[in-house]
Amino acid sequence: MDDISIVLCGEAGQGIETIEDILTKILKISKYNVFAVKEYMSRVRGGSNSTEIRISPKPIKAYVDRIDLLFALSSKSLDHLSNRISENTLIFGDKEILGDNQKVIDIELVKTSKKIGSNIYANTVTAGLICGLFNVPEYELQKFIKQFFEKKGEKIVKKNLEAISEGYELAKKIVESGIKVKTKKSDELSRDMGKDILLSGKDAVSLGALAGGCNFIAGYPMSPATGILSFMSANSEEVEVIAEQSEDEISAINMAIGSWYCGGRGMTTTSGGGFALMEEGLSLAGMSETPLVVHIGQRPGPATGLPTRTEQADLDLALYAGHGEFARAILTPGSIEECFYLSKYSFSLADKFQIPVFILTDQYLLDSQHNMPSLDQKKYEIKKYVIKTEKDYRRYEFTKNGISPRGIPGFGEGLVIQTGNEHDEIGHVAENATLRKKMVEKRLNEKINLLKNEVIYPELIGGKAYKFLLLGWGSTRNIVEEALKELKEPKLGFLHFKQVYPLPREIMGYLVNAQKVLAIENNASGQFANLIKRETGFDIKYKILKYDGRPFSVEEVVKRIKDILER
Amino acid sequence: MNAKDFDLEKIDISWCPGCGNFTLLKILKEAFAELEIKPEHLVVVSGIGQSSKTPHYFKNNTFHTLHGRAIPIATAVKAVNPNLTVIAEGGDGDMYGEGGNHVLHAIRRNPNITNIVHNNMIYGLTKGQASPTTMIGAKTTLQVNGVILEPFNPIAVAISLNASFVARAFVGYIEKTKEILKKAILHKGYSIIDIFQQCPSFNKINTFEWFKQNTYYLEDEYDPYDRINAFRRSIETEKLPLGIFYINEKKSFEDNLGLYNDKEDPLCFRERDSNKIVKYIDSKLR
Repeated sequence: MDDISIVLCGEAGQGIETIEDILTKILKISKYNVFAVKEYMSRVRGGSNSTEIRISPKPIKAYVDRIDLLFALSSKSLDHLSNRISENTLIFGDKEILGDNQKVIDIELVKTSKKIGSNIYANTVTAGLICGLFNVPEYELQKFIKQFFEKKGEKIVKKNLEAISEGYELAKKIVESGIKVKTKKSDELSRDMGKDILLSGKDAVSLGALAGGCNFIAGYPMSPATGILSFMSANSEEVEVIAEQSEDEISAINMAIGSWYCGGRGMTTTSGGGFALMEEGLSLAGMSETPLVVHIGQRPGPATGLPTRTEQADLDLALYAGHGEFARAILTPGSIEECFYLSKYSFSLADKFQIPVFILTDQYLLDSQHNMPSLDQKKYEIKKYVIKTEKDYRRYEFTKNGISPRGIPGFGEGLVIQTGNEHDEIGHVAENATLRKKMVEKRLNEKINLLKNEVIYPELIGGKAYKFLLLGWGSTRNIVEEALKELKEPKLGFLHFKQVYPLPREIMGYLVNAQKVLAIENNASGQFANLIKRETGFDIKYKILKYDGRPFSVEEVVKRIKDILER
Repeated sequence: MNAKDFDLEKIDISWCPGCGNFTLLKILKEAFAELEIKPEHLVVVSGIGQSSKTPHYFKNNTFHTLHGRAIPIATAVKAVNPNLTVIAEGGDGDMYGEGGNHVLHAIRRNPNITNIVHNNMIYGLTKGQASPTTMIGAKTTLQVNGVILEPFNPIAVAISLNASFVARAFVGYIEKTKEILKKAILHKGYSIIDIFQQCPSFNKINTFEWFKQNTYYLEDEYDPYDRINAFRRSIETEKLPLGIFYINEKKSFEDNLGLYNDKEDPLCFRERDSNKIVKYIDSKLR
């Protein structure tokens, strides 16, 4: 077996997330390629949460349904994952807890933990066991565990070390019983993993924003977007960022707007439901030509929907949000690397065109992590566009290039006058019809045109001389890429969009050459396919849609593409 | 400085004749001039309503925003540049109705801004509907049988939340209002000043004369640091007291951020050391 998919399942509160944290880090140090993603219920205790950790000699970046090794810590685990358990799945766990299931290999994870003092160590026992199976030297894990639990005090460290050593014992028993679970390490291959980093989508968005000069963030807690606000809060003083939990989303977006007005680089982070409350603020940014960065971590709606799960159904929301007409840009990172680069870029883009820029991610992407070579910090260098004002400064001056130079209060001799009302060039309220028409064109048509000149082109993956073309955006990127490798269909190309609005002018050029055009989207209506139709008139006939609140898996994408190509 | 330094040429004011806003505009210009606050260093963030148009009528950095949203914007402005004098201005409907939640949380957050509320107890721009401060029984086109909702008491609410500076004034008393306003601006922390004014077009009950007859000043020996007493005075209804009700010196939001302890330069002018941030990001990526 080259690539192994391990799934850990337990109740909320059993520390599944902690094992993911420990295992991804230690396995990476041990030169395995790792990918991990979690799925969890909207509850603090009970239920069933699971995390998938893939280990491989080759880089892996996507979710699979397949489970090779399942470690079940609670009685409901097997039911919870029944769709994904196959005859090849090895299930480990306490028979006492899981019941007399023939498939279960009785390994006393919870019982051993209780022996140590409490069942809360079951996760660490499991971590020890897995490291044992994959030949991670015990002293390496011990060293890591000491650091990991250092802050919690000596007693906790000691108990966890005990738990590890019990885990390694259990691993020995499994190996002795003749069960083999082995995969190659990456050092048996060519690439040096020593300098690899391990990064999650949510940390990549935060770090990208910082790299882009973000120095202000306001938000109201909402899954799955809170991680960005917590990251910034934790690092606020060190990197000089104001990170504020506001009283509501309305306040959050207006604070972000206020920060830009005065020369800061602000963002807000939320999910669809929170963003719905921000729409009026978005419209103010559009009218007052104040730059703004909005991160939306999508989750399934409507209303509260499935708070902890994933979907790509807020493209229409971002696209049409806000009353009135004004330009905007929507960036849709498809990988963790793109989360970093596009979040960084969004600040310069917003600043340059004085528009709202969206970063549209989702729970799956934000909660995924994998190892990768270090990022290129030179890519998308920061650009700033604030000017020092003169005495006769006019905030909304008509210029040849369509953009009014943006001053800020207290920098220069001029006054910066902005309003959400229609206004003259100075910034005072005005209702003149000719002026109104000119201002609308400045905010809408001219900016969209300018944006199209700098659009990020979609990336063509797979067959360059394609007959079949699959279109996707956002988090489906790596899942489809792996599916393509399995499909080995040279006539199939995959066009991944990192920017879905505005679209490049040449978009039709991609579509006309294909016999069959397909779209893949984690939503029920094919929002991106509809956007393509709106912009080009081209009707995408084949849609691969998914809206059960779960991400696509590699297997599912393979199957559904095959079904269409064979039609 | 002189109040004339704030004059704008060729302005077309959209207020009705006799509106209290005219007096308040004059008071504002005089107060800023007397405090030597230059227009370039003054930011007035306003909401929506007749009173929220005020910053368009004199020299300042203006952000005329959305209904009820001046406070979050003003809060961020002050946070990224504490060197500026920042005012959040609006009417009773704007601040206490649409923006009520922001008022409550600005009191808790305590940014060093001054919240000026033009309180004429009626909606002007939308032509005469009840506001959160309209008195019970007042008949309007929407409250056809008279207002039945308990009027909002901003002074009592602010004191109950332990606000940093709470005052009430009436535009009929120009000098006294100006003095209170200047103290509010100089106060470090969130200051709210609720300013009574007449609306000759839509409020036929609470007229200029009515305010004169139904208000009085807190006595000279009044102690604004006594919270319980301040609350007691804030709920008087027979006649409405004017003056500084309550002062609670405490650390401002900006001071609590931890970003201005060692360095004074505003965040918006700080050039991040790009090598430092690259190294920092690298360290996080390990």
